[in-house]
Amino acid sequence: MSAVAGPIVDTRGRPVVDALVAWARRNGWTLSLIALLAVLLAFTKVINPSYGAPGIQGLAISVLPLALAAVAQAVCVIGGGIDLSIGSMMALTSVVAASQMKDQSEEFGVAVILAVLILGLIIGAVNGAVIVITRVPDIVVTLAMSFVWAGAALLVLKTPAGGSAQWLKDLVLGPAGFDWIPKAAVVLIVVVAVIWIPLRRSTVGLSIYAIGSDRLAAFRSGVAVGPTKVIAYATTGLFAALAGISLTASTGIGNPVPGPYTLMSVAAVVLGGVSLAGGRGGVFGPMIGVLILVLIQNDMAFLSLDPNLALVSQGLILIGVVMFGSLIQWRRSRR
Amino acid sequence: MTSSISTRGARIPGGWSRLLREQPVVPISALLIVIVVIYALVRPGVVNADWAGVILRAAVPLAILAGCQTLTMLTGGIDLSVCAVASMAGFMVASLLHGPGFEIGIAVALTAAALAGLLTGIGVGIFRVHPLIMSLGVSFVVLGLANAWQILTVQSSTGVPPVLRTIGSERLGELLPYSLVVFIPLTALILIGLRRTGFGRMLFAIGDNPTAARLSGARSWQVLITLYVLSALMAALAGLLLSGLTNVASVTLADSLVLPSVAAAVIGGTSIFGGRGGFGGTIVGALILTVISALLTALGFPEAVRQILFGSIIVVVAAAYTRVTSVS
Repeated sequence: MSAVAGPIVDTRGRPVVDALVAWARRNGWTLSLIALLAVLLAFTKVINPSYGAPGIQGLAISVLPLALAAVAQAVCVIGGGIDLSIGSMMALTSVVAASQMKDQSEEFGVAVILAVLILGLIIGAVNGAVIVITRVPDIVVTLAMSFVWAGAALLVLKTPAGGSAQWLKDLVLGPAGFDWIPKAAVVLIVVVAVIWIPLRRSTVGLSIYAIGSDRLAAFRSGVAVGPTKVIAYATTGLFAALAGISLTASTGIGNPVPGPYTLMSVAAVVLGGVSLAGGRGGVFGPMIGVLILVLIQNDMAFLSLDPNLALVSQGLILIGVVMFGSLIQWRRSRR
Repeated sequence: MTSSISTRGARIPGGWSRLLREQPVVPISALLIVIVVIYALVRPGVVNADWAGVILRAAVPLAILAGCQTLTMLTGGIDLSVCAVASMAGFMVASLLHGPGFEIGIAVALTAAALAGLLTGIGVGIFRVHPLIMSLGVSFVVLGLANAWQILTVQSSTGVPPVLRTIGSERLGELLPYSLVVFIPLTALILIGLRRTGFGRMLFAIGDNPTAARLSGARSWQVLITLYVLSALMAALAGLLLSGLTNVASVTLADSLVLPSVAAAVIGGTSIFGGRGGFGGTIVGALILTVISALLTALGFPEAVRQILFGSIIVVVAAAYTRVTSVS
């Protein structure tokens, strides 16, 4: 009896500490990632002593599109899918935004951005609807749709062109009052918080986790699997549109050729502790994952090493971290 | 990705859908013929033996890359590193041509490819990393190293070896492409390997039910490592043929083929969840994609429309296929 009673008494004595330990254990992966990020930042400071506020500014701006793409990927991976058309959707939304905003008034720009966000929701929902209706595997459908959206982007603009409203550029470029806090970071956190947190707390959010974790069980518990999947993909489309807009905002133009965002977003999502099997993880981890991937690239530049070695080390870190993760999982399951 | 709510086994399909399920090559070949007929109708007089030779020549590298996807998809995996490996191999041989020579170049390229495959295989087989993410990581590593190698060797001229140009792009009697000399034995090897060898059966077994395969004594990690090494070697071969076909050696040569290679395997009737499919259908799938893309070009569509139609056609074919073959 005493063995059973012991811990209970302890828990009553230190509820806060225990809750904290439980929280840390639940978020162990994210916390380790933050630690890895901190080590990388310290390393950056060591190899480049002048790294400071401007460096953080640059980092935030270069991270913004990829971070939003990673959040987009995270949503549909949590829902048990995968979206290989994110890069193409970003290209499409970016060129639509850039081509419509060019030489237009600032107010018109607001309307364009709203329209592009709706466009993102629609193309994401199309992806989801095609998957649900045809029952073709997600990976195949989104792969094929990546051609469709990239082609559509080429229809809008043949070459990089267009423009961006000034307010949109001002929104992401520069510091937010204080040198150490870049506007891009604030925008990222606000956007993700405003869209993701309410969604996650809602029934729909729970349903997305449910269909990702066990589709059959979700179906039997009364979750509308099809519509939930469409909503998950529409959310992915919305975040991809945000990522596309952020590309236009930070570069001032729209480029119809998809960047390397699709595969990088998959890498960041997995690095961020989201299981490709679905139903597990969040959007915060992937954002840290993106920071790590981009910071490696920057460090290589500071070390004046061949930038291609950055790609190598990104790949190695991805492999290493994921192997480490599955090793932990394996040991846990043997216990 | 998702485990679909299937009612597999609830009802034994009869007639057509059974034929489609068990012999996907038949309906897929019919589709190929339909597309070729459409081609002949919209571009009268173009479709002849010479045209067929050109299409065949273009389809061979894609078919080999799609073969990598087929083999890995049979085990429920996927290999996204094939294109990085293929480009790397083509570039490696070209860059070593003027120093060490052609044979050494081939040996180095194949060794590098095998090492990349070994890395993927160890990750997938021993550490049980998801094949998608493992091969993606390896493709970053390979592409980065190939790029670094490119910068190191930028002074030495890089030309595609004449032997590869002949095999990749020339045709016997202006008709049969020489690449068939490589492709036909490879195809025979894969087809026989899948049907008649224990290794081939093990691929199906692991994809169909990994637990059952393990309980019946299959050492899946050995099978998976061998599989991914094999896949990388095939990818390297495809890369060599492709560099010969295009007369280009670049580290991003095969990048645009990664998506079509998956699509060709899927259209050819290989299930992305594993356990079902074969190389025969994949070859036809690669031919279909090549003909469609030639057709769209021949019709004079701009690049943008071509891409949209290409993607839509893949979805429609895959959807029709899924609809016909699903049991429920």
